Amino acid sequence: MKAAEIAGRIRDHFPDVYVARDEVTVLVDRAELIDALIRLRDQPDLSFGFLSSVTATDHPDKDPRFWVVYELRSVEHAHRLRVKVGLPGGDPHMPSVTPLFPTADWHERETWDLFGVVFDDHPDLDRILLPDDWEGHPLRKDEELGGVGTQYHGAFIPPVDERTMP
Amino acid sequence: MTGHEMGAARDELRDVPQKIRDRVTGEVRRETMIINMGPQHPSTHGVLRLLLELDGETVIRCKPIVGYLHTGIEKNTEYRTWVQGVAYVTRADYLSPFFNELAYCLSVERLLGIEAPPRAQILRVMLCELNRIASHLVWLATGSLELGAVSMMLYGFREREVILDIFEAVTGLRMNHSYIRPGGVIMDLPPDGPRMIAKLLDTMPARIDDYERILNDNPIWLERNVGVGKLSAEDALAFGVTGPILRSAGIPIDLRKDEPYSGYETYDFDVPVRTEADAYSRYVIRIEEMRESLRIVEQALERLAEPGPVMVEDPKVGWPAKLSVGPDGIGNDEAYLRHIMEESMEALIHHFKMVTQGVRVPEGEVYTAVESPRGELGMYVVSANEYRPYRVKIRDPSFVNLQAVPTMVEGGLIADAIAVIASLDPVMGGVDR
Repeated sequence: MKAAEIAGRIRDHFPDVYVARDEVTVLVDRAELIDALIRLRDQPDLSFGFLSSVTATDHPDKDPRFWVVYELRSVEHAHRLRVKVGLPGGDPHMPSVTPLFPTADWHERETWDLFGVVFDDHPDLDRILLPDDWEGHPLRKDEELGGVGTQYHGAFIPPVDERTMP
Repeated sequence: MTGHEMGAARDELRDVPQKIRDRVTGEVRRETMIINMGPQHPSTHGVLRLLLELDGETVIRCKPIVGYLHTGIEKNTEYRTWVQGVAYVTRADYLSPFFNELAYCLSVERLLGIEAPPRAQILRVMLCELNRIASHLVWLATGSLELGAVSMMLYGFREREVILDIFEAVTGLRMNHSYIRPGGVIMDLPPDGPRMIAKLLDTMPARIDDYERILNDNPIWLERNVGVGKLSAEDALAFGVTGPILRSAGIPIDLRKDEPYSGYETYDFDVPVRTEADAYSRYVIRIEEMRESLRIVEQALERLAEPGPVMVEDPKVGWPAKLSVGPDGIGNDEAYLRHIMEESMEALIHHFKMVTQGVRVPEGEVYTAVESPRGELGMYVVSANEYRPYRVKIRDPSFVNLQAVPTMVEGGLIADAIAVIASLDPVMGGVDR
């Protein structure tokens, strides 16, 4: 199905839908996320039953600060749709979609690890890419690249510009 | 007995030791043991760590632990120009560099609203398919070695070397090529390129037949693979599993057919599908995929007879320099260097601006997926109308596929865990990024 056609079919239920570069994006409130995903999955002409990816973007000076992004795909119809949920910086909590899509498990852990978005009711919300004792969420825009100390299980190596030659 | 009948017979035999033990002792042992497999285990394909709870040799619980190879590729791209981003993403899944480059460049091109010239698209397709063969060869070589077929390892790496030689002649590098760039590819084939590829097309089919002669009826290979690591279609889809593992469960999803990109719809090839959903059927699929890739490479090579540009003509997007591969790798073409250093000040300014600052990409977001050797490789790229990406998310198929490991190994023997991991073909560079 073409992007514009998908957008036309869901506009009644999801007024915040737009098409850009042949991709459909739906903006959903976090309280309505689960219901929205169930509807998108169960409507036969849409059947978005495959979750490709979950991630986030950070916009520190804007409200909402975080956008959590779900990339959905339909196995039957081979079309795609993006669902985005805005989160305030002071309260970055989300319902976990793992009961609907088991694949969201690691995607949500990664989003927590790198952005600090908390997925409530996630079965095992641990860090996944960084060490367990890491402080901070490095993909946030206020975390700089480089110039930071390296920390790993108690060992600490100062940043490049602060190292002294032995 | 066919391979799958053997599998069924062996499944019955598995219960025998437990039955004997129950008869002798009259009770079931409750003690379990927790062991770490990896991250420095030779059969974990890099630095994958499995936390296993064992009852004797049976795996009761399994937890994959990843992250040992995290290098912050996604964060790094936010601090580099759009073109430099290629050099970062190509290093994610280091066995399929062309696919990383392609997914990234297709995303950037869609944000820019441009398309690579036809010849560049043919080159992309051809190198991706050669890359698919090289990647499957590494899987075949290492996967067989883990199950004891040492000679297979030698053959797999021997043929991969031939393909890497082609990559080196074409791009100047054996891996991490940064060859596909937004707007096309960085340079055309070297004069020797078509001959090298034609030679591979000549020799490779017989080599693939050889692999099958070694493995297809090998009792150990069958014993270790048939019926091992089953994953139903429902489970695979729930876990987001894609690629050969999903196709081994009877779901014929291949993005080259379902959501064609780079002109894949114009090539004649088939998508191998099996229904047994075990490690052996994944082996069959990957072997067949190598043959299909050869078919595509052959068609692409024919189309390359026609010359043409390999980078968009727009000077505000295309890479300014002419490059060529010399004896010490890739470098600027001498005629081009003379032009910007001695003849034209404007050309030098333009070169400097394009190389240091690059392209401004209009605001927007896209998600572009390609069919990598391991499944759906997606890139979610966001631009804030700047000279560098605002966000690059790599949806790596290995990362997602690993989530299915507990389902596939729990309840089986620990030795089968090795075969299961091998049949998944995870590449930790892509998992940890």
